[in-house]
Amino acid sequence: MEKIALQAIDIATGMGASYADARVIESDWQHLETKNRAVGAVNIGSSQGIGIRALCNGGWGFASTQDLTAKGIEEAARHAVATAKASAICLDKPIVLAAEPAHIADWASPCVKDPFAISLEDKLAVLLKAAEIICAVKGVTLAQGSMNFLCDKKYFASSEGARINQTFHRAACGIVSNATGNNDRQRRSYPSSFGGQWQLAGWELIEHWDLPAHAQQIAEESVVLLTAPACPKDVKDVILGSSQLALQIHESCGHPTELDRALGQEINFAGASFLTPDKLNKLQYGSSIVNLVADATAPGGLGSFGFDDEGVQSQKVYLVKDGLFTGYLSSRDTASLIGLNRSGGMMRSESWNRTPIIRMTNINLEPGNAGSLEDLISDTKDGILMETNKSWSIDQLRYNFQFSTEIGWEIKNGKRGQMLKNPSYGGITPEFWNSCDAICGPDEYILWGVPSCGKGQPMQTMWTGHGAAPARFRNTKVGMAHST
Amino acid sequence: MISQDHCQSIIEAALAHGKGKAEGIEVHVHGSDVATSRFANNGMTQNQSPSAVNVSVRAIVDGKQARLSSDKLDFNAIQELVDNAIKAASLLDKDPKLLPILSKNGLPPLTNVNRFDDLTAHLTPDDRAHTIRLMIDVAKEGRLSAAGIYTSGSTVSALGNSEGLFRFHKQTHSECSVTMSALNSTGWAKAENPNKRQTDSLSMAKSAAQKAVASANPKEVDPGHYTVILEPSAVLDLLAFLWYDFSATSHLDKQSCFLDKVGQKLLGENITVHDDVYHPLQNGAPYDGEGMPRKKVTLVDKGVIKNLVYGRRAAKAMNAEPTGHGLAEPNTEGEYPLNIVIEGGNTSLEEMIASTDRGILLTRVWYVREVDPTKKIVTGMTRDGTFLVEDGKIKHGVKNFRFNESLIEMLNRVQALGPAVRTAGEEGFPAVVPPMKVAYFNFDSVTKF
Repeated sequence: MEKIALQAIDIATGMGASYADARVIESDWQHLETKNRAVGAVNIGSSQGIGIRALCNGGWGFASTQDLTAKGIEEAARHAVATAKASAICLDKPIVLAAEPAHIADWASPCVKDPFAISLEDKLAVLLKAAEIICAVKGVTLAQGSMNFLCDKKYFASSEGARINQTFHRAACGIVSNATGNNDRQRRSYPSSFGGQWQLAGWELIEHWDLPAHAQQIAEESVVLLTAPACPKDVKDVILGSSQLALQIHESCGHPTELDRALGQEINFAGASFLTPDKLNKLQYGSSIVNLVADATAPGGLGSFGFDDEGVQSQKVYLVKDGLFTGYLSSRDTASLIGLNRSGGMMRSESWNRTPIIRMTNINLEPGNAGSLEDLISDTKDGILMETNKSWSIDQLRYNFQFSTEIGWEIKNGKRGQMLKNPSYGGITPEFWNSCDAICGPDEYILWGVPSCGKGQPMQTMWTGHGAAPARFRNTKVGMAHST
Repeated sequence: MISQDHCQSIIEAALAHGKGKAEGIEVHVHGSDVATSRFANNGMTQNQSPSAVNVSVRAIVDGKQARLSSDKLDFNAIQELVDNAIKAASLLDKDPKLLPILSKNGLPPLTNVNRFDDLTAHLTPDDRAHTIRLMIDVAKEGRLSAAGIYTSGSTVSALGNSEGLFRFHKQTHSECSVTMSALNSTGWAKAENPNKRQTDSLSMAKSAAQKAVASANPKEVDPGHYTVILEPSAVLDLLAFLWYDFSATSHLDKQSCFLDKVGQKLLGENITVHDDVYHPLQNGAPYDGEGMPRKKVTLVDKGVIKNLVYGRRAAKAMNAEPTGHGLAEPNTEGEYPLNIVIEGGNTSLEEMIASTDRGILLTRVWYVREVDPTKKIVTGMTRDGTFLVEDGKIKHGVKNFRFNESLIEMLNRVQALGPAVRTAGEEGFPAVVPPMKVAYFNFDSVTKF
């Protein structure tokens, strides 16, 4: 891998690139799905290739190839340089990279049990056991299960002398129970929706989340939801469960703190941000108990790594400290645009075949002192507990959001009451976070993986993580989503 | 880009190696050579020329199947891929509903579609940069800021199987989208075509600039129910959430909002929708993920839910004929109508505006997500050119709304349709859709801009 990467860099710099880097990546993956009591899909794959970035005359160029022969590398490197030179035809300002030491390092994510050493039969047996339990519950109309295992070996080198080897193991598992009837359709997912839980981990993740042990509960809940009363349209105190809060953080804190968005570079597709640089260290983003951190060093976090895709070492950066907006997710070229002396190390690409862009790492809400979820419920007079995301939407500046969850429970006088279907809530981001008056403690904190963050053109999906404990938000609009 | 001969040689090598070792082998080769130049703040920001070819092998062994994929194209790697696919399939439980590999015998001949343009395939980075330069000039002339993409290139797909079937399709891709930003307003335009001559980037830049200027200093208007005039992109990105409900598998899984309602009139009399890959404004291959020729299917006829689309597996389960919309096996979704054509009408956008006493004109919608799968309620935001219409005229830009709207109910309130055009958005596949005037559209709240 090193030889290939260095050849690409030598050719690019020899053709006039003032800077060049190369990522050689070998990937293996398994995607398993079950549907009801049968195997739905077994897709197994591998991939290898190189992505080359070149900076010429102040403009970026990127090219990639899977042809890792000397000829293939040379062609791709030349193409990267030609593309970079074309950028100069319509450059507004030349790219300037914030300084970063040229790291020489090896890094590997935690993996206790190699998932590729576990047989397909054993993997599918876990999903099929859960499916059997779900399908046995009367009223269930569709049971779904999935597992994903990925291993990436990545070598990064730059013309500045960086030489970095990294190995990533990613694992995921989840089950879903669907019930259709009563002119309605409801679903429950475990451990979370949209593929379940994802982490940098091995087979131990599957053992930890124990899908069959939770199949009965989600199956029964999906059926009961069909006849449950609907979430009222009202203004209430809302307690968000940990996995729902993870997505709230993703959409209303993670994306608006991306510096490329804040500078208008993503406005054509993903959008811009209300967190413009003039608000840095001035805007009270949330209440004083709100502390949000971008932590690429969190063990096992889906958004963790040793070094980002331009060789910047992983960091822990406060985005919101004591409620104040204090930081951005940045890259070497955007950091220099607002006078930061170092990138926050958030540049990643989904594969060797895409150029890196600013991505969330693990954007975490630090736990508070509200104790357990049951403590928080006991402290709430009139509210709704909402758990497990079902639907999410937010405007392109990340102000107006609306989320729906799979399930809710009424809270009256400190007690969890009846189950509610179709819970939804919405608001305006800074108003919402300023209404946060209680966050549960470390025992309730879970670092969730969100694997499908979409951004960029062409669209890239990315692995991100979000740690959260349940939290309460006062006077929140609820129940609007189903009122047309 | 990988040639047809090269695709065929890969497929033949895989099939030869798997012969006698499996009940059936199917090989797909996909190649993509599509470059994207991105600009923002009136300058180029990213310039990408990625290239990739992927080969995948589906093996059926003793009534079980698995698919393995790789981007190693040498013969040893392909043979290894076949061996591993056979090994993986053999480890699974038997699939009683698995169908044999599709045989070429008895299939109707394919209707050819030509969606390849040599000029579009071979645009250079300099060509794209000069095109972007012209769009940026429009921005600078209007003291605006331009952002967007200009994309060009080609894709290839080939499919061959152990029953003698071989398919090959290549097409070119030209895409442009542009956002023009003023101090407190934006305008947007997007097009996606197989031929760059159909992608008029300069006109798009001018249109986006005009919208940014016209929507400057947007005023806040109370949310509520309004007559809305939806430009084609808004129609496309709203209705994208309806099409999978025409998949036969979504009915087998009891997941469709049209469950047990095929044959019923659920939508307005003026709504007719087809899936038609052969339409002159459509794109894509004339065969599905197993190589079955695609049929033109009328999904909605004058408001009646008329037909579903079927892959082979769902067709067998529902005692129907496959329509050539199956996704590559193995999958759990079944099939998808990828080539939507909504019949248009004769009312121009200008006439829709002129006939509106009070309403909202939408350029596009954003971040649309399903809220209620049975009533087909979706939520989302307006974006990049939202205007108040009063007394038959565009009055001014307004701050953007959040909507919660049932697509089924909405399609019963369509008052007028314009001519259908090829349209690109960000939520669904490009399709042929008309602008629509819709009564009583539900805006739930307003945002800050």
